[in-house]
Amino acid sequence: MSRNDWEVVIGLEVHAQLTTASKIFSGASTAFGAEPNRQACAVDLALPGVLPVLNRGAVERAIRFGLAIGATVAPRSVFARKNYFYPDLPKGYQISQFELPVVQGGTITIRVGEGEKSYEKRVNLTRAHLEEDAGKSLHEDFHGMSGIDLNRAGTPLLEIVSEPDMRSSAEAVAYARALHALVRWIEICDGNMQEGSFRCDANVSVRRPGAPLGTRREIKNLNSFRFLQQAIDYEVQWQIDTLEDGGTIRQATVLFDPDTGETRVMRTKEDAHDYRYFPDPDLLPLEIPAEWLERVAGEMPELPAAMRQRFIDEFALSDYDAATLTASREMAAYFQSTVDAAGMALAKPCANWVMGDLAARLNKAGLEIADAPVGPQQLARLVTRIADNTLSNNIGKKVFEALWNGDGGPSADAVDTIIETQGLKQVTDSGAIESIIDEVIAANQKSVEEFRSGKEKAFNAIVGQVMKASRGKANPAQVNEILRRKLGG
Amino acid sequence: MIHASLTELRAALDTQRISSVELATLFLDRIERHDPALNAFITVDRERALAEAANADARIATGESGPLTGIPLAHKDVFCTEGVLTTCGSKMLSNFVSPYDAHVVSRLKAAGAVTLGKTNMDEFAMGSSNENSHYGPVRNPWDPARVPGGSSGGSAAAVAARLVPMATGTDTGGSVRQPAALCGVTGIKPTYGVVSRYGMIAYASSLDQGGAFGATAADCGMLLNAMSGFDPRDSTSLDRPAEDVLREARREAGTTGPLAGLRIGLPREFFAEGMADDVRAATEAALTHYRSLGAQTVEVTLPNARLAIPAYYVIAMAEASSNLSRFDGVRYGHRAEHYADLDDLYRKSRAEGFGAEVKRRILVGTYVLSHGYYDAYYLQAQKLRRLIAEDFRSAFDQCDVIAGPTSPTTAWAIGAKTDDPVQMYLSDIYTIAVNLAGLPALSHPCGFGADGLPVGLQLIGNYFSEARLLNVAHRYQQSTDWHLQRPALAGEESGSAR
Repeated sequence: MSRNDWEVVIGLEVHAQLTTASKIFSGASTAFGAEPNRQACAVDLALPGVLPVLNRGAVERAIRFGLAIGATVAPRSVFARKNYFYPDLPKGYQISQFELPVVQGGTITIRVGEGEKSYEKRVNLTRAHLEEDAGKSLHEDFHGMSGIDLNRAGTPLLEIVSEPDMRSSAEAVAYARALHALVRWIEICDGNMQEGSFRCDANVSVRRPGAPLGTRREIKNLNSFRFLQQAIDYEVQWQIDTLEDGGTIRQATVLFDPDTGETRVMRTKEDAHDYRYFPDPDLLPLEIPAEWLERVAGEMPELPAAMRQRFIDEFALSDYDAATLTASREMAAYFQSTVDAAGMALAKPCANWVMGDLAARLNKAGLEIADAPVGPQQLARLVTRIADNTLSNNIGKKVFEALWNGDGGPSADAVDTIIETQGLKQVTDSGAIESIIDEVIAANQKSVEEFRSGKEKAFNAIVGQVMKASRGKANPAQVNEILRRKLGG
Repeated sequence: MIHASLTELRAALDTQRISSVELATLFLDRIERHDPALNAFITVDRERALAEAANADARIATGESGPLTGIPLAHKDVFCTEGVLTTCGSKMLSNFVSPYDAHVVSRLKAAGAVTLGKTNMDEFAMGSSNENSHYGPVRNPWDPARVPGGSSGGSAAAVAARLVPMATGTDTGGSVRQPAALCGVTGIKPTYGVVSRYGMIAYASSLDQGGAFGATAADCGMLLNAMSGFDPRDSTSLDRPAEDVLREARREAGTTGPLAGLRIGLPREFFAEGMADDVRAATEAALTHYRSLGAQTVEVTLPNARLAIPAYYVIAMAEASSNLSRFDGVRYGHRAEHYADLDDLYRKSRAEGFGAEVKRRILVGTYVLSHGYYDAYYLQAQKLRRLIAEDFRSAFDQCDVIAGPTSPTTAWAIGAKTDDPVQMYLSDIYTIAVNLAGLPALSHPCGFGADGLPVGLQLIGNYFSEARLLNVAHRYQQSTDWHLQRPALAGEESGSAR
């Protein structure tokens, strides 16, 4: 038997921290990075007598998520207490949702792989529920004792649970990325994985195709897509090896160690907690009337899937281009503004500029698209000037660099100012081009002879010389045509 | 002054026949003299009380006094009080000085009431006799060998002995009404959600409700008016317009009898077996008196009432087991001196910090919520709870208020039931169903039993009928003098307040 005889089954649980300014059950701030315990109020400290009050902003974000994935937003859901003792859990229970979560069902479409071999897949979601985060235990710097920081205690989380629909680490990562893009798109989570705003747990099992589900092990707290992939790959191989060696898998929770690339057991099912869930009597059931749902629906932005399809339909973009441009809401918005200014007919060159030169330049500078020094209006003007033959594509790149450096000011007119002041207007006068060509032919007889003896490459060399002589401004198409005529090629 | 009603105290303060400082001193001196024998107080803060009284006098002088400005008060030690020890009757919180005020406490401060101290109670409000306090049992002012009832035994005893004219309490299964009955004072528990639970240390969240003790229904009404009101910090607090619960009691009585047309429902189940003869006799006499005031009595039935005790103890203990998890020795409260590791810290701190009854309830609560038992216990109890509420709904189709005994017996001897928790739990048989349904109810004195110990009559109303309940009790008290009888304290004569 080989590895190919096994089917991998993966489900993900993602904890997305919601972007509310205050905590889910108290008025304390959720800002990251404060001094320990400076953002923990009486409720977060679980002083005797304090009570939770639900933050409606957190509910609103859950509703947005439910609407974005086509799920049922429960008209009535219930907060429950999950009871266990731990020093960073001040009440001795976590307020979560158990039997009746706020978001039920839904799907997310993912694209797995790139290019020819890529494929689409729909991943079903089980549920998403609201809960509070715990604090942090700090085990260093306390001389054999532990410190407790409750700043994070009570931070609102949406726990998003998928069905075990994924069949490879690639699918799991594609799903996690799609989910990450979506929660940022609908502005319910900042997606900052280093700060723990988006954390993945992966449930992994293997089975023979057609067999019932195998015993799963849950890999906890993966905070990068790379670790997610590595952890699943290691875990899958470990489970297959174990089974092929005649062993059995015991249900367990495991941790991934990025240093060794291995997973190790944290606890087994036998020492799992009995959380003794029951409805929290301090909170009323969460009622979401139809009017609330409708108001949130009315405020929803166009979703990536819809926008992607529209780019294909309206702008005749390829599936790949449309997918790339809708990878983030900021990029999509930038592209949309560019097309709005340049006109729909120029959508394809706009797309090329956004995905090509702009993306590369941003990447080099380490900037986000929202902070790009070249605005969509400017880029649209640049694309227009190339389309109307004022600029060659190559000179366009020069203009782009000048815009990036702030030449000509922030308005779209900066493009024309740069062309004017730097004398970059393309030469389209055939007479002028002919005379340049004549000079170049006279000076490069060797290349001319090579071309005439059949070396096509020599032709390009001569074109290059012509362009150089025109300081790049000669219209390349005209240069080609006239040169061919003159050389009799 | 010691026996004056709140209305009389108000008049005396407003006409400056007495100052708030003088009044506070009077009661503080009484506490100093009599409390060592009663143990009704855990904390008495004379200095703070006199400062509050001086503030009240300043308010009165400028004519800005409200109904309770300058009147002395005691809080059950379940309410958090800023800068003051708040123990909940437990060793666990024997070092806990609250950094904030409970909603009830801040409302009464704003009203200008003067807090003399914090009253003794069963640990975490778990108990029916006040014998479960880390600070020792409270003694019944009518007979120091007897219990005062619980869990608000300190507040009831303090009002009965006139160590303070009014006191707050909490009622989860009868903890205001039962000690009121056993100590011969009036006590009311309003509809669940009327008094904010913010800062009231939780025992069983879905049942806990703040309440008021006073000598009379009118006094209770004045205190309840000041305690009630919507609080956005308690999600179960009811957002209703403010109401004066004494509005009906203030109305002129009609000519056909003060309670003409009132239908008093008598639950068949409450008058069956189980009630002591002397309690039965006092209860019957009170009903006779009610009829003489124009009321008619009708038999009603609460068929599921007998299931209230098991349902209550499952729900209350389940909630308590979770509510008390925060007392882990990590952030505040008692922490064991020596421990090997984290689990040991938890184990020892909780083993040392909690008393036997609290541990019993945490154990039972943990059990009934455990995997495999939840459906059989917790869900069944919730079903019973709905049935019991349904019983009351049907009964109130036939009557305006329900009446019966508050407690099956008068106060028992200290120690008599401490070895038999089930017997202790059964003493709450008439009060518990009310909490499960979330209804308002009060207890008022209606006579004395065989040993000269007070008997209380319980009146249960429909949701938000506090004004009616207080009116009914007020009319009764206008034409009887049971509520005016006073226990003999050391060096004092017993007898009537008037």
